Amino acid sequence: MALLQLKGISKSFRGLRAVADVSLSVEPGHMVALIGPNGAGKTTCFNMIAGVFAPDGGEIVFAGRRIDGLRPDQVGAAGVGRTFQLVKPFSGLSVLENVIVGALHQSRNVAAARSKALSILERLGLAGQHDRPASSLTLPDRKRLEVARALATGPKLLLLDEVMAGLRPTETDQMVSVFRRLNEEHGLTIVLIEHVMRAVMALSREIHVLDHGELIATGSPDEVVRNVAVIQCYLGQGAP
Amino acid sequence: MNRRAVVLLALLLLALVALPAVANNYVLSVATLILYFAFTGQAWNVMMGFAGQLSLGHSLYVGLGAYASAALFVHYGIGPWAGIWLAMMVCMAIGAAIGFLAFRFGISGVYFALLTIAFAEFTRIGFDHIDWLGGAGGLFLKVAQREQMDLLNFRGPPAMYYYVMLALTGGALAFCSWLLRNRAGYYWQAIRENEEAAQALGINTFRYKMLAVLVSSAMTAVSGVFFAFYYNNLFPEQIFHISRSIEIILGPIIGGIGTLFGPILGAAVLTVLADGITELMGVFGLDIPGIKQVFYGLCLLVVIMFLPNGIWPGLARRLGLDRGEARAAGAHPASSPVDARKDAGRMS
Repeated sequence: MALLQLKGISKSFRGLRAVADVSLSVEPGHMVALIGPNGAGKTTCFNMIAGVFAPDGGEIVFAGRRIDGLRPDQVGAAGVGRTFQLVKPFSGLSVLENVIVGALHQSRNVAAARSKALSILERLGLAGQHDRPASSLTLPDRKRLEVARALATGPKLLLLDEVMAGLRPTETDQMVSVFRRLNEEHGLTIVLIEHVMRAVMALSREIHVLDHGELIATGSPDEVVRNVAVIQCYLGQGAP
Repeated sequence: MNRRAVVLLALLLLALVALPAVANNYVLSVATLILYFAFTGQAWNVMMGFAGQLSLGHSLYVGLGAYASAALFVHYGIGPWAGIWLAMMVCMAIGAAIGFLAFRFGISGVYFALLTIAFAEFTRIGFDHIDWLGGAGGLFLKVAQREQMDLLNFRGPPAMYYYVMLALTGGALAFCSWLLRNRAGYYWQAIRENEEAAQALGINTFRYKMLAVLVSSAMTAVSGVFFAFYYNNLFPEQIFHISRSIEIILGPIIGGIGTLFGPILGAAVLTVLADGITELMGVFGLDIPGIKQVFYGLCLLVVIMFLPNGIWPGLARRLGLDRGEARAAGAHPASSPVDARKDAGRMS
């Protein structure tokens, strides 16, 4: 059974249809990408899944349970971790403390949360920076911190909103291998919104393409890059 | 916490415990006032410094706590050690009501602050008309036999009040440092830094903001009980007044919001300097009404301009106590207990 199912969800903002009747499902243990031009409704989809706002119509089912209409913390507690496109670190806290906050979700004990946070920071290559204030990190490191914090909650599903943007190719590859290992070793299910095709092609087993709020294509990476509708939505009507 | 910090803290405590043996009543009253503001500032700091919820109406809880315990004492002869529980419950109930209204309906930031002012203000006006509590004419407790020590009814010499306040302030410092090292402390700071991100991590932000209000209002209720039995007279016009709320928050702001030692340091600096100014004016035979308020304003101005995080973080950095953890927000959950104690030692 699918871990996450979107059943015909829609969302309008003041008459503008941001997401229209999108249905898709994500199997447990899969890595899936959500792509599309700017303004296609990708982040709106994420926000609906994460509980930031409820869909106007349709259902969202996670692990057999309806989660549309729940608050973000309830969705988070149900096992959905997310990152923000515009990173939101706890600036006044240290890098380690940022991740401890996430880790406290599963262990009430601060000492246990601390050691878990340390191992996650290690995994993301932030080990040398625990004591620095989060506000002093570079953008790529803030993106890593964003991922580390979400991972620390021990999610079943991780929603990644453009975590590769602004990374150098080598850093992208590093991040890709982190996600691949998490997926292989822990069976973590990942849905990523991404513009960096290098990462999308390397990670995803399945790609969903959104344009103007509608799902225009679904398929394997190879299928999607040859899909005429997809090419047209990125390059315009004149493209072959 | 390292060994040196422990020693310094112990020294400070020893000095404070020994103070009544050498100090006259005037010095003792100033010291008591410092501790009173340190304790109340610590209580306010839980809400604002830890959880990021700005209350500009904390005089409400001081007043309610004071009136609740005083009413029990005056009307039923029930002493403050029982009254303190009623005071805390009343304050927590009112705090919960305000918190619920605000957090349930998404009132935050400046609007939340305005709501806290509004509650304090209409309580002030309302209490003017409650005859059972003395109304605008005030509620008076039988003045203490200064020589006779009656801890049960909280009547006694100045040294008794001083010691009780010292114990409360020490207890509050320990309690707050414990809170910060716990889950609630981490969650509060996460909410303070970025509520949306905190929520995405599964934190029930409503519940934790409510918890901050409950802890803060209960602690402030204790201040109120002390106030009632120390000053023995209560007037709604004074105790609920917004200037009282401002007085409460000046210490933590000047000392360092969100730090453990900031409220104590701020209270000491402000009270000593403000009293010094009053004394100085007396020496020159000047009588300028409102000079204290002008002085408070100047202090605030200087601190905001030159030390936006308060005196304490800068001082800690200068003394090399921050261990490379200089943080923009001025909150040092991991290091501040140590730093605070070191500084406490220094001040002794």
